[in-house]
Amino acid sequence: MEGSVGLKERQQKDCWRDFKAGDWRRAIDVRDFIIRNVSPYSGDESFLVGSTARTKAVWAKLQPYFEAERKKGVLDVDAKSPSNLLAHDAGYIDRDNEVIVGLQTDQPFKRAIFPYGGLRMVETGLKAAGFEPDPLVHEAFTKYRKSHNDGVFDAYTPEIMKCRKAAIITGLPDAYGRGRIIGDYRRVALYGIDRLCEAKRAERAQIDDMWPTDEIIRSREELAEQMRALDDLAEMAKRYDCDIARPAANAQEAVQWTYLAYLGAIKEANGAAMSIGRVSSFLDIYIERDLREGALDEAGAQELWDQLVQKLRIVRFLRTPDYDALFSGDPYWATECVGGMGLNGDTLVTRSSYRMLHTLTNLGPAPEPNMTVLWSKSLPESFKHYCIRVSRETSSLQYENDDLMRPFWGDDYGIACCVSAMRLGKQMQFFGARVNLAKALLYAINGGRDEVSGEQVAPPALPVNGEYLDYDDVVAKFDATMEWLARTYVHAMNCIHYMHDKYFYERLEFALHDRDMLRTMAFGIAGLSVVADSLAAIKYGKIRIVRDDRGLAVDYVNESEAPVPQFGNNDDRVDSIAAGLVTSFMNMLRKHPTYRNAVHTQSVLTITSNVVYGKATGNTPDGRRKGEPFGPGANPMHGRDSHGWLASCLSVAKLPYRDSQDGISYTVSVAPQKAHLSDAELISEAAKAFDMYFGAGGFHMNLNVIDKETLEDAMANPDKYPQLTIRVSGYAVNFIRLTREQQQDVISRTFHGQV
Amino acid sequence: MSHLGILEPGSRHDLRVGISPDAPDEGQLPDEGEGAFGYAHSYETASRYDGPGLRVVLFLSGCLLRCSYCHNPDTWHLKDGTYISAQQVIDRLAGFAPALRALNGGLTISGGEPMVQLAFTRRILAAAKQMGLHAAIETSGYLGDRVDDKYLENLDLVLLDIKSSDPQTYRAVTGRDLDPTLRFAERLAAMGKPVWVRFTLVPGFTDDPANVEGIARFVAPMKNVEWVEVQPFHQLGAFKWKAMKLEYKHVDTPTPTPDLIERVFEQFQNAGCNVR
Repeated sequence: MEGSVGLKERQQKDCWRDFKAGDWRRAIDVRDFIIRNVSPYSGDESFLVGSTARTKAVWAKLQPYFEAERKKGVLDVDAKSPSNLLAHDAGYIDRDNEVIVGLQTDQPFKRAIFPYGGLRMVETGLKAAGFEPDPLVHEAFTKYRKSHNDGVFDAYTPEIMKCRKAAIITGLPDAYGRGRIIGDYRRVALYGIDRLCEAKRAERAQIDDMWPTDEIIRSREELAEQMRALDDLAEMAKRYDCDIARPAANAQEAVQWTYLAYLGAIKEANGAAMSIGRVSSFLDIYIERDLREGALDEAGAQELWDQLVQKLRIVRFLRTPDYDALFSGDPYWATECVGGMGLNGDTLVTRSSYRMLHTLTNLGPAPEPNMTVLWSKSLPESFKHYCIRVSRETSSLQYENDDLMRPFWGDDYGIACCVSAMRLGKQMQFFGARVNLAKALLYAINGGRDEVSGEQVAPPALPVNGEYLDYDDVVAKFDATMEWLARTYVHAMNCIHYMHDKYFYERLEFALHDRDMLRTMAFGIAGLSVVADSLAAIKYGKIRIVRDDRGLAVDYVNESEAPVPQFGNNDDRVDSIAAGLVTSFMNMLRKHPTYRNAVHTQSVLTITSNVVYGKATGNTPDGRRKGEPFGPGANPMHGRDSHGWLASCLSVAKLPYRDSQDGISYTVSVAPQKAHLSDAELISEAAKAFDMYFGAGGFHMNLNVIDKETLEDAMANPDKYPQLTIRVSGYAVNFIRLTREQQQDVISRTFHGQV
Repeated sequence: MSHLGILEPGSRHDLRVGISPDAPDEGQLPDEGEGAFGYAHSYETASRYDGPGLRVVLFLSGCLLRCSYCHNPDTWHLKDGTYISAQQVIDRLAGFAPALRALNGGLTISGGEPMVQLAFTRRILAAAKQMGLHAAIETSGYLGDRVDDKYLENLDLVLLDIKSSDPQTYRAVTGRDLDPTLRFAERLAAMGKPVWVRFTLVPGFTDDPANVEGIARFVAPMKNVEWVEVQPFHQLGAFKWKAMKLEYKHVDTPTPTPDLIERVFEQFQNAGCNVR
């Protein structure tokens, strides 16, 4: 016994050789390890190198799959084996050349099924992809095992069902994995499974003495599940000949162990968004050590990143056509954060931050992993410039304001999905999609009836009478509607996440969290700019109502000659309405207790669903036509931010982060132009523009540097643009995989002249 | 809406509402007066062409020239603009001031012709300077005699359009005399006021080598002229002429060829100008 402990200690010491000691050795504390050992880098990108022959060989093997998938869609599904850590044997792309190994199933591009989320989604997805559902799976999940989806619908009320059907509360994770949970996958590399189990045993021992309230019993069960998941993960790794019971001993193992942990997560859960977290600068510590020891050269270092990213580009889940309409292009948000600053004032930019971004050059642009630059005014200038160059060449980066988030979440947070910050291993969110605020406004005007179906969805209330909309009257009615909506929304979310924890618990991801974590419940709103512009039109214009034969207000005519302020022009008259909406809806949500006492948060984010929400929403008082898409995320409506990007981004920067802590998404498309500046000046001016926008309080920036003509050409000739990547609200997407409507929506958005 | 109601959305012109039908004709210049109110056409933010750094460009209405290739014919008459208080303009500008300072930019008043509304622009420029912004105007210089030295004190830069060096060509293109512009240029040179000279290259109209040579020789000795900017003619303003049912001379005018641009660049360079 003593001998084996001694061996373990020696092994640990060997794996941790040459690392600066600290708290991280005594407790599970990855952040402490990073801060003590990271090598900040403030130089430029000149050290970067291309891909190795091995990387190119693996990449070449994958190309036919990509091509076939573009033509056929889903290539293969294992319909028989519900996915989990041990459901599939090891799989390879090109075993001799893969430096980093591990696939979701035993074959690349073979998707797995996750019936614990809901059998209906699985079977619909299979049928849509041309595959037969498996009778045994069907029997198991109808006769013997209840799913998350079954549970939620047992708890839903008729009112919630109505809201869902009317598309006022939409995209709820009630039939699939909720996602947006980031396991701290780095823990597996730094500590190994044995040490992590030991920590979990200690967490368990602490609550064995506590009286078994609901929460304690649940916590005990969860910890037991988590320990089982860790064991299974070690077993899964063994199939790939990796002994992850111990810590990683070199850079290759560190990347491999971290990836295996992530792989485990995507074998266990099919969450909408499955971020990898913030691995670049953590793994850089191992790479630096190997470089010092002469065990690795720059080509070898880049190879690790290229091959990790290859794996992150072929994650696939089986979805349904409905789901694809909401979130187009098969996204999974393997979001990775690069950059940012430490609380000690040092930058967290390392050479590996560059290497990670450089994969976009070595492998070509791609939507995944969702590369997120944590921008701070204090980032090294050369890194800022490099990011902008990469953006210009690939349109594959998003930027988020580290200076804004750091005071909230410290210096070791990751981004779940698009814009949701969470401290790694210490925080999770209950994901909640979004409500359609524009529709809510129309309900307020129509006494709770749906403007399309005519059905009474919200509780009956007095509709707006008379011929014209009166601002105070509409605001009062809208407030009442929002209060009802907020209550119904929290209600639905509590049902969903109770059942998700019960029937589709993410045991591995939570095994890579502390037991006592901060939980947030992340609500969302869509159509902010439509509502702000509508209210401004009512306040500053003269809006006549057009009613149909059902007595429903179905159209609006502005009879005023006076100019009506529109969101996106740095005009406080309307910007304050938008900011006020964010705050007031947030406060309405806060009134209602949440499942597990989660902290209420909110996002202004639509992803590509702004098209679907728009489709389901009638004419609005701002002049938007029925069916017309909303502005994505917090964006102004298309074409209305008519005074250039400066005015547009300053409007968005006014939306208060304190009342939208789950993120505020803003997408900007600029055409590549030169002005009278040299290339270096142009890049440096763009960096200053970022500093200015984030300094003004901006939270997020999706940057596309591309012209309309290219996009139009890509619509007509998709084969010419297999890798054309653009950023849409909160994520990047392969342009040619968008639906035609979404492509048109992207093209119709405001393009600004120059950065 | 206005006679420009068919303008495409998505440009600064989109906001052209509330035009001022009672405004005086451009023939009668408003008095110096108080300048508490004036006629503004539109504005845009985030320009990188109209002065150093990032600019807010305020387009005023009212111009005495009738350049045959003008791409803003919708700013000729004062009444094409919106009657607006200087304070409103200044308040709006203030919303951009921190961003403009951070981006080493400022305000450029264009038009129209800024000097048509002296008191109004004087107020706005003074306010811009108080906000710590770089301040510029873009002008034909035709009304240069109207401004006193104090007016020029609030200007960090003058973007001076010299359409031609030949009085006849100038009159043919603009409908006005060349002299006042040259006088103004010389006055700015004597003061050492920074100037970017702008020359619009219109094939068949202003591209005559002698015409270009004349401008180059006139400008070259002026040490205050930091740049000569050659602006190749484009058809982007053509739709406005059509919308306004004006006779447009340049329907068939081509945009300058790279060779022509190169030749004009060389002419300026050979004369000793910094050209771009």
